[in-house]
Parts: sequence; structure tokens; C-alpha cells
Amino acid sequence: MSTRSSQSRATSGPPTAWRRLPVHAVRVVLALFFAFPVVFMLVSSFKPDQQIFGDLSGPRAFLPVGDLSLTNYTAVFERVPALRFLLNSLAISATTVVLGIVVNSLAAFALSRMRWPGRKLLLTLIIATLIVPFETFALPLVWWVNELPWLELNGFGLTLTEGWLDTYRVQVLPFVAHGFSIFLFHQYFQSIPKELDEAALIDGAGWFGIYRRIVMPLSGPAIATVAILTFLPAWNSYLWPLMVVQQEELRPVMVGIQYFFQLNPSWGEIMAYSSMITVPVLALFLAFQRSFINSIASSGVKG
Amino acid sequence: MNARTRRLARASLAVITATAALTGCATGGGGSGGQGGALKLWTHNAGNAAEYAVVEKIVNDFNASQSTYKVEIEAFPQGAYNDAVVASASSKKLPCILDVDGPNVPNWAWGGYLAPLEISDGEVPVADQLPSTVGKYQDKVYAFGFYDVALTMFARKSVLDENGIRIPTADQPWTRAEFTAALTALKATGKFEHPLEMGTGGSGEWWPYAYSPQLQSFGGDLVDRTTYKTADGTLNGPEALDWAKWFRSLVTDGYMAQKSGASPNDDFLNGKSAIEWDGSWDAAKNVEKLGDDLVILPPVDFGKGPKIGGASWQWAMSANCSEPDGARAYLEFSRKTKYFTEYAKATGTIPATDAAAAQIPGYEPGGRYEPLVRAARDFAVVRPVTPAYPFIASVFEKAAKDVVAGADPDSALDEAVKQIDANLKMNDFYAG
Amino acid sequence: MTAAVPLRARLRRAHSTTQTGARRREGIIAVGMAAPAVLLLFVFVVIPIGLAFVLAFTSARLVSPTPARFVGLRNFAMLAEDPVFLRSVLNTFVFAAVVVPLQAGVALGLALLINARFRGTDFFRTVYFIPVVTSMVVVSIVWTLLYQKDGLLNRVIEAVTFGQVEGPDWLNDPSTSLAAIVFMSVWQGAGFHMIIWLAGLQTIPADLYEAASIDGVSRWTRFRYVTWPGLRATRTFVLITITIAAFSLFTQVNVMTQGGPLDSTTTVVYQAVRSGYQQQQTAYASAISLVFFVLVLIVSLVQRYLTREKD
Repeated sequence: MSTRSSQSRATSGPPTAWRRLPVHAVRVVLALFFAFPVVFMLVSSFKPDQQIFGDLSGPRAFLPVGDLSLTNYTAVFERVPALRFLLNSLAISATTVVLGIVVNSLAAFALSRMRWPGRKLLLTLIIATLIVPFETFALPLVWWVNELPWLELNGFGLTLTEGWLDTYRVQVLPFVAHGFSIFLFHQYFQSIPKELDEAALIDGAGWFGIYRRIVMPLSGPAIATVAILTFLPAWNSYLWPLMVVQQEELRPVMVGIQYFFQLNPSWGEIMAYSSMITVPVLALFLAFQRSFINSIASSGVKG
Repeated sequence: MNARTRRLARASLAVITATAALTGCATGGGGSGGQGGALKLWTHNAGNAAEYAVVEKIVNDFNASQSTYKVEIEAFPQGAYNDAVVASASSKKLPCILDVDGPNVPNWAWGGYLAPLEISDGEVPVADQLPSTVGKYQDKVYAFGFYDVALTMFARKSVLDENGIRIPTADQPWTRAEFTAALTALKATGKFEHPLEMGTGGSGEWWPYAYSPQLQSFGGDLVDRTTYKTADGTLNGPEALDWAKWFRSLVTDGYMAQKSGASPNDDFLNGKSAIEWDGSWDAAKNVEKLGDDLVILPPVDFGKGPKIGGASWQWAMSANCSEPDGARAYLEFSRKTKYFTEYAKATGTIPATDAAAAQIPGYEPGGRYEPLVRAARDFAVVRPVTPAYPFIASVFEKAAKDVVAGADPDSALDEAVKQIDANLKMNDFYAG
Repeated sequence: MTAAVPLRARLRRAHSTTQTGARRREGIIAVGMAAPAVLLLFVFVVIPIGLAFVLAFTSARLVSPTPARFVGLRNFAMLAEDPVFLRSVLNTFVFAAVVVPLQAGVALGLALLINARFRGTDFFRTVYFIPVVTSMVVVSIVWTLLYQKDGLLNRVIEAVTFGQVEGPDWLNDPSTSLAAIVFMSVWQGAGFHMIIWLAGLQTIPADLYEAASIDGVSRWTRFRYVTWPGLRATRTFVLITITIAAFSLFTQVNVMTQGGPLDSTTTVVYQAVRSGYQQQQTAYASAISLVFFVLVLIVSLVQRYLTREKD
């Protein structure tokens, strides 16, 4: 993969400090603009409720001043099994991401690199599934998943059970295949020269081998994008687990937010909990961001 | 590149193993309903430790008192509770025992979720309860609650005194004219962003709960309660119109915010407003912060007497419960004065019986919170007893919000009536 | 996936056979590879959507003692006369029409701004991306506080204009509420598309820029004739993703305004959820979804037609 990019050319001319200064100032202002609600959230999470609202109309809202403490955080742990919810969400999101990458890239591979009748129509239909927002068919889906069978492994072997409510799988499997991920992989795979396949076929490789050894290793950027695109909604899912999960042990983080909306919501605790569920995602992004963006940047989303 | 793929595969494997481990922890006990003496109980109290503790105590006491049944609690956060119940009902997975918000009782009874409570009184006769704490539909009792909440007005005594405003009593509440005069005087001080805090930033059930009693005090109502077949003339009659114009005028005269802030009670405590229309659930916090300066006022009499909404959370049993005897046994067991007392103590709510009230500091006759007990007993009106209530409530919320935002009151109320009447007709007036 | 291994073995064996045999095998393997995704989509998306659409022609309710019955086009007739529904269709289209170009533009601006080699690229990229990884519910709560009449946004406006301009009550004024939601939505989503644009920018061959700089053209000309044409594929992608997200606008409205004031922020998906859950009118909500589906399908077809014509 080429490391040569257009970066240095993007700002041509003498790179003198004074020329760059205004641009840099714009960057800084924008950074403040994009970060301030999160700063507000973090700062407020250390303040008592009455002070949050007292500080609201001034710059104090963004400053760690006044009566600061960890009270809100300790209160969060008393109110919500936060750790359990975080682990649940982590497991659910990660499983959805991993399965989603495999399932969707396989389909996209077949759709973009292999020739078979009906593949264009199928791709159109897959993209059409994106039009209907989830909220509008969630209710029929609840009824429907409750009718689905499941093979359960127990001491005697496989048994057929019915009903998916109140499980982890009901929070994962419906979101594994996604038209958008397929579309994205499809676009990306098309940018990889087809001659590679032909050469490999002549060398005796199978289609699955091409997928696994040639196409997927070249698709880091697409994998990273799909991973983020799948992870975020999985982490943020709220309506669905609310409807299909009854046991507290299986609930994900977003349902936890509702624990704070009592007759008199404690905003400090809401901010503390929100920080707790945002920071891990942010940390994850920070850890992966170089490979995520640089890998996208090295080849890009092509069509 | 291959290394990356391998890393990915290893990571996936780790994740799947972790998931399997978690799943292992959580399987078992998946089936709801009651098999083999186990009874599921659902409550809306997740995140509300005080009330949850009382539920837990009653359940533990019950489980220890006999060996036939074992009640198991599952708690949901309040904001998600109704959706969870409805979703479970659609797949026939309701628990045996569940709590239900009072105004929803007719809807759930009609929908076949709830079974009539054919229980004996237990230690406390149902007749002793505040009427608003018993959930009835078509002359049958479907649910009962241990407490009620009341709407009230909080104010600072010092502020009222400074401005020469009479402190009203339950026997002599403010009239509309007095109330307007008070707001004018408070506004004139210039000390308050808005003299009146009505909590207009809320949404959902708060709207019909908080504002339909004022509509009723004007002489209107959400629906014609003699037939439950139309809202025409009650929700858009001259009295209702009068209410709507008054409601909007609070905004145009600068007395009330069109939309309150996120925490109206904190705004009141921070001195942004002088009078707060709020629920009894904030009474204890306000007393703690303001001490003797806090006054708990009865609602204004706009013509037909002071009114507040009645009915809070109540307990019921589901229609498809496989152990109905166990559910009944539990519900009967729970009807003890000590539990009525403990609920009210833990949650700062109004106990459903006088016997319990007498045992709670502040709620006894002459106590700090007696005005709340009075209001719950004398001014409470339950929300319309019809399966159409959730629909009516949603339509009223929108109509009232539109009015506050400046919609023509006439057409806003007429549109609401049109929708409610169409819904009643389409559902054969919820006969069924 | 498990079926692929024996298939591959078979393909190896078949390597020397006729072209048509290889073709047929290629087809079989392709179907096998696509099968898991297609099956999952069919079970968890197509069937429930189908169920929802069938419900649109019935009297189904969320809570009801009687089973649903077929009522023909009744729900659609009601829909045609529902002023709030018509308003929500209008709002949804207005929202999409403003957000799609605005968000794409802002995102492109951000991408150009940090598509350079300087210290702290990583830092700015991450900061611009913060809103994307923050839950929409949390973000909506925070913005509701900021948009209050005496909230921080108005204080900033006051300070910047030396008290000459008094900010509006953003979310409670029908003339500013939708704009306020547009603004925070763009703020929230721009970071994601910035990254997509960045990726696109870096696929443009460097020698094109070199040629341009030799010719000594202006920045604008370079953008117009080198950068913009080079982003053709990225454009389509950005357009489709923002359009789909814009049409399903729901969470912000649900948290911040509940469709108000005076229906100025109500959207189709918000109405579908309100009718289906709060008002328990499952069938009516399904009818809304069906009409919505058809409308968006028409828009996508038009979009596709337009982008195709330009190629």
C-alpha cells in the first residue's frame, strides 16, 4: 500500500508560521466548538445538581469550580449496576461487530467480485432495506423473534427451544447483517483490481481463499469503517433492549440512563453516568484512531 | 497484513468466549409466569432505591411466611416500564404480579392484561383507602396502591409576606382573581425570571396530570364522563376555552415560562421563581432546603373548587398468571398497615389510609404535610376511567402544548376533540 | 461460511473442466457466501417490515382485547386528512434538504482544514470526532440545556454582539426550533463524514496537484478542477449516508421538542412512534411507515437518476 499521499501538496506555498496562524486559529475555535458539550458533561458530573443549574448561564458551566466531588459517581454505582451494563454492552457490541464484518464482507465479496445471475438486483434490494427506520418495524419484530426457534446445547445434545426474548442473541443477531455494511464493502472491493483474482485462480486458489488471503487483507480501511459503523449503534441501542430484555443482568448501558429519570431526575448523576458510558467509546476511538483513519486514508472509500 | 488478520481473529475469539461466559452467568430463570410455585413480580422501581427496598421487604416477608410460593422481583426503570409491559404482553410473557400506573388500569384491564382482584381485604379493608388509590374498571377492582401523590404549590412565606399576599388554606384557597393579583405583585418586584413555575418543560403523563385538574377547576374536562363517548362540549366548551386562554395568558403576561428549564424544582430553590406548581414528591427536599420559610399551598379555585389529579402506582395481577392463587395470596399478604406506612415513609408520598398517615411524622393531623393529605382526600379527581385514556392523554398533551405555544385555543381544542371522538368511534367506544 | 470449504475443494478439482462448469460453480459458491447475510436480512428485516406493512391495512392496536381485522384503506384515508402527518412530511423533507448539503459541506470543510501535515492532526481529528461517539440521547440533553432562553448559547450571542442582540428562545419558537435541531444534528454528524471526505481526499493522485501547482493556479481553481472531480465516488457515498440518516430523524426530536412547538419539528418517524406506542395505534403507525417507505424510495430513485445523468 502506498504511503505517498497528497498531504504535503494540500497546503502548497511557503509553510511559514504567519501564513498558518489564521488557519490554526480556526482549527482551535472549531475544536472548542466540537468539544464543549462533552466538556460541560464531564465538568457537571462533579457538581451537585443545584450548582449545575446555577452555573448554567455563564462560563462557569465549563469550569471545574465550586463544590466538586465524586458524589455523583458513587451515587451512580448505588443506583445502577453500571459495571454489569458496561460489560454487557461491550460483549454485545463487540460480537455484533465481529460477526457483522464476516457476514457482510462475505456477501459483498460475492456481490462485487463473482459473476452470477441476479446479483445486481440483490444488491439493490439490500440497499432498499436501509430505507425503513428500525423504530417503525420494531414492534412486529418483537412478536416475530418470540416465535423463532433456537437450538440449545445442553447435557444431552441439541434441543429445539422457542422464543428469543430475554437473551443476548436477541440483542446481537438482528443487527449483524446490515445493508449499509454490505454496500460499503461492495464499493471498496470493487476498487481492488480483479486481475488479482484471476491470477490467484490460475495458481489454484479457491474463491474463499481469494476472499481470505487477498481481498480481506487489503481491506483494512473498509473493515475499520464497518467496525465503527456497527459499534456505535450497537453501543447506543435503547429501544430494542427495552422491549426484548426483561432480566436486569442482560441490560445494556443505554437502558441504564432511564434509571436516573425518576420523578426528580438527578442531573449530576445523569452527567456522571453519561460520562462513564461515553469515555470508553472515546478511549476506544483514541486507541484505534490512527489505524482507523490512516488506513482509510491510505486507500479511501472508492466507488 | 496477515498479522492484522490474525490479530483480528484472535480478538474475535476472545470476545466470543467472553460473551459465552456472560451468557452462562445469565441463563436459567428465563421463563416468566409462575412455574412450580415461583411467581414473577415486576415493578417500575429500578433506580429508585427507596421504594424498591419496600417492595423487596414485602416480598422477603411473604416468601418467609409460607413455603408454597416464591415471589421473584424484576425491576424496570420507570420511563421504560410501560413499553416493556406492552412488549411482553404481545408475546404472552407477562409476570403474575405487576405494578401499574393508576390511569392505565382501565386500558390494561380492557386489553386483557389484568385480572380482576378477587381478594379479601387482608389486614386493611379496601374501603379504608383513599378512593384514588383503588384502580377500578367497570365496577371491578383491578388494582390498589399503597400511596398517592398530590399536586401542590410551594412558595416562600417570606416572599408572600413581603408582597402582602394572603397565605391560602384548604378551606379558603386562592380565587382566580387573588391568584392573578399575587402573580402581578410578584412580577412587579422584578426579582423573578417568572413568578410562577408550572413545570411546562415536562412531557408525557405530566401534562394531563398537572394541567387537566386546572381545566376541571374551570369547569371543563378531558372527556364527557357520563357516557365516555365524546369529548365534544367538555374539552372545547366555553369553560375549557376560558382555561386555554388563561393558560396561554400566563405566558403572554410573563408570569410563566413557555417551557420550563430541565429542573424546575432547582430553579425554584435557586430563587428563579416564587411559586411552584409541583408534586408532593418534592415536599421533603423543599422543607429540608427552606425550612420554616416553605409554605405548602392548596391549588387555586378557578370556579369549580380546587382540583388535583389522583392515582399513582398500584398493584395488580396479570390475566394469564398460571398461579393466580399465589398472586392473590401475595397481594392479600401485602395489605398490612405497616407496609402502607413503610411505602409512604420511604417515598415521601401520601399514605393511602388514615391509620398509616397517623404513624408518619408530618402526615398526622396538624402535621407539616397535612395539606397534602387534605388535598389527596378532598380535591383529587382520578383521570378519566376509560381504556381510551392513553390516547386522550397524548392528544391533550399536544393540544395544551400547542395552546401554550400560541396556537388558536379554539381550533386547538376542536382538533383535539375531533381526534378523541374519532378514536372512540373507531374502537366502538371501547365496549369489549 | 462452513459450506465454503468443501466448495473450494470441489472448485480445485473442477479447475480443468469446462468454462461453463466453472461458471456454475462460481455461482453456487457466490450464493453460499451471500447466504448468511441474505438470510439474516430476510429474517430480521424483510419479514418484520412485511408484517408492518400488512398491519397498515388492519385495525391492529397495541393494546386490544379483540384480534385485528382487515379494514382496507381506512388508515390511509385518515392519514390524508391528518394535518400533523402532512406537516411532518414537510418538516422531514425540509430537514433533509437543509442537512444533506450543509452537513456534507461542513464535513468537507473540516476535512480540508486538517488534510495537511502539521502538529496535532491527530488531536483535532479526534476532537472533531467527539460528537459522533457521544450518544445522541446524551447530546440532545446537553443541547437542550444550551438552547434555553438564558442558556449558554444566548449568553455567547449577547457577549459577541455587546448586548445588542438578544437570542431567541431557540427550541420554543416555531421559527427557530427546526433550525436549532438542524444545527445540532450537523454538529453531531459532521465529524463522521469529515473522515469519509478525508479518505476521499487522499485518494486523489498527488501528481495532479503537482501539475496544478506548476501551472500556478489559484486555490479555488485547484479545488474546482482537481479536488472536486476527484471526490466523485466519495460524494455519492456521503450523499446516500446523510440522506438516509436525515430522513429517519427521531431521537433529537423525541428528547428535545417532542415535535413542538406548534408542530414545527415533528417528523414522520416521530409521528410513527408517537402513534404506534403512546397512542397505541399500531395499524395507523404502520400506515405512516408504509407511506414513508414509498416517499423515500421515490427520493432515492430520483437521486440515483440525477447522479447517474451527471456521470
